[in-house]
Amino acid sequence: MANDVKPRVRVPKTASAGEAIVLKTLISHEMESGLRRDSDGNIIPRKIINHFTCTFNGEVVIDVALEPAISTNPYFEFEAVVPESGTFNFTWTDDDGSVYEASEEITVG
Amino acid sequence: MQPTKMLTAAAALMVVFNGSAIAEPVDDTLVVNDEIEITLRAPAPEHLGGALGPEVLSGWLYREAETRSVQRDDFENPGMLAVETAQGVWETAEGTEDKSCASCHEGPESMRGVRPSMPKINPENGELWAMEQYINDCRENRMGAEPWGWDSQTMRGMTALIASVSRGMPVDVQIDGPAQSYWEQGKEIYYTRYGQLELSCANCHEDNNGRYIRADHLSQGQTNGFPVYRFNTTGLVSLHNRFRGCIRDTRAEPFAVGSPEFVALELYVASRGMGLSIEGPAVRQ
Repeated sequence: MANDVKPRVRVPKTASAGEAIVLKTLISHEMESGLRRDSDGNIIPRKIINHFTCTFNGEVVIDVALEPAISTNPYFEFEAVVPESGTFNFTWTDDDGSVYEASEEITVG
Repeated sequence: MQPTKMLTAAAALMVVFNGSAIAEPVDDTLVVNDEIEITLRAPAPEHLGGALGPEVLSGWLYREAETRSVQRDDFENPGMLAVETAQGVWETAEGTEDKSCASCHEGPESMRGVRPSMPKINPENGELWAMEQYINDCRENRMGAEPWGWDSQTMRGMTALIASVSRGMPVDVQIDGPAQSYWEQGKEIYYTRYGQLELSCANCHEDNNGRYIRADHLSQGQTNGFPVYRFNTTGLVSLHNRFRGCIRDTRAEPFAVGSPEFVALELYVASRGMGLSIEGPAVRQ
């Protein structure tokens, strides 16, 4: 899955004001720890998602530093209280500098 | 909690574990995505003659609660990542004919009903074929493309995609008529003791399901969940690779992945789980 990094998020379409909603995110990523060796005995370079963030209308919901022991396809599930309609933005930062992004709208009514 | 109380509790637990090596399958239900109802218990097929008791059970019932819950939602099921990738492959034209799967078959949903009947006699040559062979036949003869390796990542993804559209449908393989001799061959393999440990499939999955073999909770060895996502390899495992792993663990020289022996075994083992729902890609330990 080395070249197949794909973020997926699940956010409810609607919520009531002040409700704690469940957010689920998963990104397909190899999370190569940098500690393994290939068949020739050479270290396989580390390549992991090292940073994950979620913001709501610009406000930080969660900010995570990831370490090499985290498994393939990291999955995060967390809750957020939504005071108003708006947009959740998600970012995953790769060791190679790539930033993968996703966003979802939610309507509070 | 006070230390003395904890010690007492630990001692009591040890007594329980020493006294019983049996850990029964759980009593639980599975509805995938709040939508697809999975039949986890079915009346045992007659040909088993009661060897597995009155019911056959999905391996899902033998797994831990955390593992079971991952299969309830496609979002959490990492096997569905491979299914998504395969959807892209499904639409990718390849080969001298510049065709994709979609060129002939439209959407993957058109494959609904295929997985429950596999492996199946190919009417064109009378041989028993697994899904991998039908896929490669399409690739070679209709698309003019290179066949995929039986156990390659791409093949496992495609068989998972084709299985996924049949989820909830009962396993329903043909075992009589032209399939009967293959079925007999598979049965013979199932009950043959292999390897230095002299174990047959039946020694674990028929005689001892529900018990532990080292740290592993033995299931009935049903195949309705294949290909399965396994946490220990963080990837999809094909049925033949699972067969190979089991026989290797008896310290025998396994049949090859894709061999006629394993296709025959695939038919026989599938027939032991008639009526259970297709779950692929299931989630296991």
